[in-house]
Amino acid sequence: MKRLLGGFLLLGIVLGPLACGQKGGDLVIGEYGSLTGPTATFGKSTNKGIALAIRHANEAGGVGGTMLRVVTEDDQGKPEEAATAVNKLVSQDQVIAVLGEVASSNSLAGAPICQKAGVPMISPSSTNEKVTEVGDFIFRVCFIDPFQGAVMAKFAFQSLGLTRVGILRDLRSDYSIGLAGVFRQTFESLGGTICADESYQQGDVDFRAPLTAILATRPQAIFAPGYYTDVGLIARQARDLGITVPLLGGDGWDSPKLTEIGGKAIDGCFFSNHYSSDDQNPVVQEFIANYRSAYDEVPDAIAALGYDAARLLVHVLTVMHTEDPDAFAVLVGGGAGREKRQAAQRKLRDLIASTRDFPGVTGSITLDERRNALKPAVVLKIENQKYTFVERIAP
Amino acid sequence: MQEFLQQLVNGVSWGGIYALIALGYTMVYGILRLINFAHGDVYMVGAYLAFYSVGWFGLAREGGVGVAGVVLVFAVAMLGCAALGIVIERSAYKPVRRHSKLTALITAIGVSLLLENAGILIFGADPKFFPQIIESRTVRLPAGVVITNHQILILCCSCFLMLLLQLVIYRTKVGKAMRAVSFNRDAASLMGIATDRIIIFTFAIGSALAAAAAVLVALTNPKIDPLMGLLPGIKAFVAAVLGGIGNVPGAVVGGLLMGVAETLVAGYISSTLRDAIAFSLLIVILLVKPSGILGKAVSEKV
Repeated sequence: MKRLLGGFLLLGIVLGPLACGQKGGDLVIGEYGSLTGPTATFGKSTNKGIALAIRHANEAGGVGGTMLRVVTEDDQGKPEEAATAVNKLVSQDQVIAVLGEVASSNSLAGAPICQKAGVPMISPSSTNEKVTEVGDFIFRVCFIDPFQGAVMAKFAFQSLGLTRVGILRDLRSDYSIGLAGVFRQTFESLGGTICADESYQQGDVDFRAPLTAILATRPQAIFAPGYYTDVGLIARQARDLGITVPLLGGDGWDSPKLTEIGGKAIDGCFFSNHYSSDDQNPVVQEFIANYRSAYDEVPDAIAALGYDAARLLVHVLTVMHTEDPDAFAVLVGGGAGREKRQAAQRKLRDLIASTRDFPGVTGSITLDERRNALKPAVVLKIENQKYTFVERIAP
Repeated sequence: MQEFLQQLVNGVSWGGIYALIALGYTMVYGILRLINFAHGDVYMVGAYLAFYSVGWFGLAREGGVGVAGVVLVFAVAMLGCAALGIVIERSAYKPVRRHSKLTALITAIGVSLLLENAGILIFGADPKFFPQIIESRTVRLPAGVVITNHQILILCCSCFLMLLLQLVIYRTKVGKAMRAVSFNRDAASLMGIATDRIIIFTFAIGSALAAAAAVLVALTNPKIDPLMGLLPGIKAFVAAVLGGIGNVPGAVVGGLLMGVAETLVAGYISSTLRDAIAFSLLIVILLVKPSGILGKAVSEKV
């Protein structure tokens, strides 16, 4: 029995690549994400965004006549499954590039595999700094965590004209600590004062103690870069204590649950995000119209980032098709050797790395030398429990 | 000064919650010498019962639902939890009552884990948000200190329930029986007291108190999840020990003290020490006065 299994395995190893090689003719792109599990909404949104971008590209004739095909793997939102999924995409499906994941911990599980295999990976929405530090084949089309801290500091000082702001950070979240640190640094360098720097721990339900301490320093606003579940409660308790100044935050606020729990208390507050469906930019409005007709719903920021990641890849492939048709042909398939394929993938990587001012739905994307996207963030205001676009702030 | 007074108000109202939960711990311990570690999870179930009953009766309206609606929600949660308490006692604690105390303790931990995981399975792991069945109103006290009607409600409820319990224990026949059972279960049983019934009664009351606490907490801090009973449960236990376990006024004193200590530490030093202070207090009281603040030292009977 063991021998039989071994034989099958050997057969698989020998024939597998051959079978894939023969498929040829299509550009195969890999995607991994949480289509099931606790973060399934993220994975599904990304998937819809990517599918829309690829469908548009194919309807427009593909890349120089070559059609694109996406192989999607479900990782159930678990890092270990993410590693398995990427392994399969890279070794079995022989994808030319990988798109994913949303959650930084899952991206960190998949990235080393792509890096080792020399397959470019573009994360649509992992904001943790460490993701692209894995290696030179790993990219992202979203901004990184600390950037939002700087954006909100600029917004508070320049747009709202505030000079005294208190901070309330979540001590159990690297995300919150990162944002708060950069906010403090930027706000002080602009000339503002941080009058209080208090903290809580994720999962607390009573925030009155730190809020009272902040209130005593009479701030003009409170920067609370936590997640929506905590922020909703913080807003309520702040209003109960008689704090009327606005709260400021980051994309961790972006959930319908925020207004569900915060109710009226969260009105008049501001947070930074990747994109706003109110943005009157024609690129954004066209995307929303297309997405609506395809899925009958308004896309969220995650869907927009998935769309941008896929579109950026298609754009780079188009450039490659005109600039280096030979390497492009190797990518499309057709029995090229391993070395040639690796060279072609490196070429693809170099082209992605040279992206400058790509007009994405989530803003103009420029990749820096650390393969992070330099792009503007939008600031949203919450009014009557709805988000309204305030302004776009460039890095 | 204003900040300090405000922190004091925050602490006292949060302490009221600990006091309410601690009452259940203290009663069960007084009667059975059992630390019911599942108490915090009964509290969690109470919050969910209230959450769903708001949906069943269609009470999720803007601007509160009136007294009748509130009473209905409290009644569902308290009766449901009283029933749950009885079921737990019958199925988990009674079969091991004649075994060692350690067995009962481990059983309690088992029940606690069972309730938590069943909660995750049935209610889902993501937090739910409790609707505002009583609209929050801020009351201004002198010296610029503010307090909400929810916080006042918590304080009034914990004091009222403590007084009610004292009355039941010292002024009624059932209470007399409870005291007899707590004094010596076997002797009480020989005197014709239906000890099983008294124990059930104690569990039912303790669990109903936990449910009342849960509804009050859900009103002020409207986020409920299946693990919400874990930390408040342990802290209320510490509060019960602090005040003198088995002692009803002691539970209230211990709860208030804990709430104030926590809030002051979180407000003036750091929120990282918030949980540490509870256990530091426990260690100090066990070293200095093991019977608790209001507890009497019991000499070993020969």
